[in-house]
Amino acid sequence: MRPAHFRMAALAAALSLAAPAASLAAENTIVLGSAISITGKYSQEGKNARDGYDFAVKKINDMGGVKVGGKSYKLEIKYYDDESTPARTAQLLERLINQDGVKFVLGPYGSGPTKAAAPVTEKYKIPMVEAEGASRSLFTQGYRYLFAALSTSEQYLAPVVDLAAELAKKDGKKPGSLKIGMAFENDPFSLDVRDGVVAAAKKYGMKIAVDDKMPRDLSDISATLTKIKALKPDVILFSGHTKGATTAARQMKEMGVSAPIVALTHCESAKLTEQFGAEAEGILCPTQWAETLKYQDRLFGTAMDYNKAMQAAHPEYKQVPYQVAQASAAIEIWADAFTRAKKLDPQVLRDVLAKTDLDTFYGHIKFDKSGKNIGKPMVLRQIQNAKYVVVAPTKYAAEPVVYPRKPPQD
Amino acid sequence: MWDSLQILAAAPIFNVQLWLNGLSVGAVFALVAYGLALVWGVTGVKNLAQGDLVMLGGYLGLEAARHGVHPIVAIVPVAALMFLLGWALYVLMIRRVIQLDLFTSLLATFGLAITLQQALNLAFGPDVRTLKSGFGRLELFDGTIDITWIRVIAFGLCIVVAGAMVLFLRKSRLGQAIRATAQDPRAARVLGVDTDLVYALTFAINAAVCGAAGVIVGMIWVLQPFYGIAYSVRAFVIVTAAGLGNLPAVILAALGLGVAEQYSGFVLGAQFQQATVVGLLLVILVWRQALLRRQRLALQ
Repeated sequence: MRPAHFRMAALAAALSLAAPAASLAAENTIVLGSAISITGKYSQEGKNARDGYDFAVKKINDMGGVKVGGKSYKLEIKYYDDESTPARTAQLLERLINQDGVKFVLGPYGSGPTKAAAPVTEKYKIPMVEAEGASRSLFTQGYRYLFAALSTSEQYLAPVVDLAAELAKKDGKKPGSLKIGMAFENDPFSLDVRDGVVAAAKKYGMKIAVDDKMPRDLSDISATLTKIKALKPDVILFSGHTKGATTAARQMKEMGVSAPIVALTHCESAKLTEQFGAEAEGILCPTQWAETLKYQDRLFGTAMDYNKAMQAAHPEYKQVPYQVAQASAAIEIWADAFTRAKKLDPQVLRDVLAKTDLDTFYGHIKFDKSGKNIGKPMVLRQIQNAKYVVVAPTKYAAEPVVYPRKPPQD
Repeated sequence: MWDSLQILAAAPIFNVQLWLNGLSVGAVFALVAYGLALVWGVTGVKNLAQGDLVMLGGYLGLEAARHGVHPIVAIVPVAALMFLLGWALYVLMIRRVIQLDLFTSLLATFGLAITLQQALNLAFGPDVRTLKSGFGRLELFDGTIDITWIRVIAFGLCIVVAGAMVLFLRKSRLGQAIRATAQDPRAARVLGVDTDLVYALTFAINAAVCGAAGVIVGMIWVLQPFYGIAYSVRAFVIVTAAGLGNLPAVILAALGLGVAEQYSGFVLGAQFQQATVVGLLLVILVWRQALLRRQRLALQ
């Protein structure tokens, strides 16, 4: 018998034995179900998410669990391995709901699996809180049972436009007088990011002077940069995953192109500070969460407290990824909803979740009609002295933004 | 589009910038296309792994840089190493497909491309990497126009390598043997040319040229195990447009393509840069077809 088969068989045996016990335990336990990547290409990210989920569940249970209608319940998560494939996620969710009787669902890792999961939860009218799927397309399908803790992709660079407007006003300039030069990779994520920027620019009446789309295998953006150089925009924006960030940082320096505000996505994964050092100084980079943010809640304390506690429990995290933090936030969202629902009924919980208005260490949580979190902004970090420092929105800033950006010197 | 044309009309100086960037881009394409044309012309093998040999060269350059060798200096040992590697590839693989039909050699080199990509991915990881030349940039016209020294150097190197190749093929005994084999392998064999050696040498020279191009690519753009395809595609476009056996035409086509890409990127936007490349190829092929037709008609 191969190990996988053996494990399955053992699992089945254990389940059949545990069945009566489980129904007994159900008296004072709420089971959340999740089909999530334990193996496959998202196994690392899936571990991050599970660490975040488990950490929050343990913390809540240690503090006495959740009170629903005057009765205390412990939380428990039932995981299945979706092998990082969306089709498997959907299958396993059916199983969680139909066979295991799970009434409350936690999201998988990644936009792909989440996209596969949502139709299933929708079909069975089971609410799902997800923390790891950012694609905007998740929230244009009219799903009623999907709620996301994180900010969606169109919010990645829009705060840069807000920041530019704020700084312009401070300088006594009209935000409408600003020009934007930008280029985005021709893929769903970056085009989502672009949509957010276009909407924000429209709001302020800013002019988009350069608006290029980069093919995936384009490694030279000097033509776009020449245009930017000619038009001298006040804001330069690029989004093209790791390659886009690397190419933009390198060629901007080489061609002497800069602007008072320069922002890129994927700075961290492109290792800008390590690869380019001084040349990357002053670049703005969006992130979902940072430990220096001044968010807090009663469960974990401040973002920094969470960071420390997490690192104590998991010393392997030298820098706690935001994927971990937002998974913990998803548990907090569930706990808050259970408390307010006073009844463990999926329909009641859906309506209660929709009205969530919660401060967490991860940021404020408030869902719009489509279920995405509009309560917290993406925050911007600026590379200052080779470190990522939160500089915007202003009320969360650890340091003031260096503005205008000083173009790198030879 | 009109906005961009207006910029060019109002400040013609930016044309200079586009030309400078385009020529330096084209020079690197020229190297890669040059190797492809050589192998294609002599052995008849259309090497789909051309771009991946470029990436391999770049990564060897990275390794050299890690041991403190300046990338410009590293070009020489990288090219030498790639020469040996090319020879080995010929003996292990290319030799076996040379006599077979087109699809076998296409499949074989496609397989080589995948193998190289995955090997690089295993060895160096999927991170996007860059090589540092450490050179500054040359400013012209009060800083309105500038070009990095590394691009100037790359341009010079490409011209030197191309010139050396032309001289080698025209003047040396081995070069003559290569040209003879390209013309008619059987006749060459009858006259005592060791065609097997010529094939091996051609493939090895191609690998060396690609390796040198790879180090330059690393200094100007970025390296990643799966980014070789962009260079393969352009090399094919250039060679198809320029025709085989006409090395100066290959260089001209490459430089022209570089400049055309810059202009289309500037005027139409980056999203049309590659469309321009393929569109140009289409126009050239149609035009050539028309010329041939007219010749045929004239002959009849």
